[in-house]
Amino acid sequence: MAVAEQQPSSQAGPGSGDKSWHGIVLQTLKRNDISLIPYVPDRVLTPLIKSLHADSFFTTFATAREEEAVGIVSGAWMGGRRGAVLMQTSGFATLANTLASLAVPYQIPLIMFVSERGTLGEFNYGQSLVCRTMRPVLDSLAIEHHTITRLDELEFIADRSIKQAVTTQAPVALILNPLLTGGKVFDK
Amino acid sequence: MTTRNTKVMNRFDVTSRLIAKLKHEEAVIGGIGNTNFDLWAAGHRPQNFYMLGSMGLAFPIALGVALAQPDRRVFALEGDGSLLMQLGALSTIAALKPKNLIMIVMDNGIYQITGAQPTPAAGVADLVAIALGSGLTNSAWAADEEDFERLVDEAMSADEPSLIALRIDDKPGVGTTRRDPVQIRERFMHGLGVREPL
Repeated sequence: MAVAEQQPSSQAGPGSGDKSWHGIVLQTLKRNDISLIPYVPDRVLTPLIKSLHADSFFTTFATAREEEAVGIVSGAWMGGRRGAVLMQTSGFATLANTLASLAVPYQIPLIMFVSERGTLGEFNYGQSLVCRTMRPVLDSLAIEHHTITRLDELEFIADRSIKQAVTTQAPVALILNPLLTGGKVFDK
Repeated sequence: MTTRNTKVMNRFDVTSRLIAKLKHEEAVIGGIGNTNFDLWAAGHRPQNFYMLGSMGLAFPIALGVALAQPDRRVFALEGDGSLLMQLGALSTIAALKPKNLIMIVMDNGIYQITGAQPTPAAGVADLVAIALGSGLTNSAWAADEEDFERLVDEAMSADEPSLIALRIDDKPGVGTTRRDPVQIRERFMHGLGVREPL
């Protein structure tokens, strides 16, 4: 694990001593009143998913496809409840139609956390290829996105990006790079 | 197979029957194409949402609304071809069990709007059996219009999600939704009491 153990630049919230990347993500979601978390799982996201399930503030559940999760948080936002979708790179690759025909044209502040596979030690050629489609798709729709590599920048980027998505009514993708999370490495 | 004994109904007619029953500002999500065209034609309501793409997401969008507003009944109208795009959503809904969600499937066995090509399910699959197998135990075919209205009445007071499937004819929708996504979304949010107009 090449994750730097820096202290975040600001507090992760009252009552929180968890300065891990997933602890900071959870507290940032909570502080922004984001309580509905559908996801398609990923190995790297597992500690975040576990801690979300363990916290009754959140409604956390798996969906069969990432598109479904986007539909759910879109409906929830229109109904007055905020959500965010968790997925991995290959899952993002299934979303172009939904982004272009729902989230962007209806001006829905879709908040996506994408665990980045396909780079910095990827062992699966398919993952590295699909990863190369992600930023061109985001750029082609002019969707705001940030690649987060440093623990000390995570809270600032996530918190500001969520607030910008909500106030500008525009989707955002927060890409969690292996430099932040440790990524997934070949172990067999 | 109860499908073989169900009457072939008309989408606009049954949509109008449904809308006439809504007295409590129930939300209605209209799936892509003819499904939301007939919802539009049945008379615009502030609590209607019309999809202009994202085929297959009527049930997931309705699920999101239902989770956000548990005290409001939420209907979703979806075509058979659209539902086939997102069958996994049935299990998600069965797992979450939102008691205020009512799913209606309009099954004509064809992609009417693209030239009436048969769906892969036409003649071989039973959508209610699929829903039941996905864990949605309160799923049924409507035998005719009166049976549909009876099933809607039951669903309105059910304590679990309901799915009602109808066989419909091959007619296109009778109206055309105004394709203004921002206005559709904003008005829907006004209708749900989430926002006030400017």
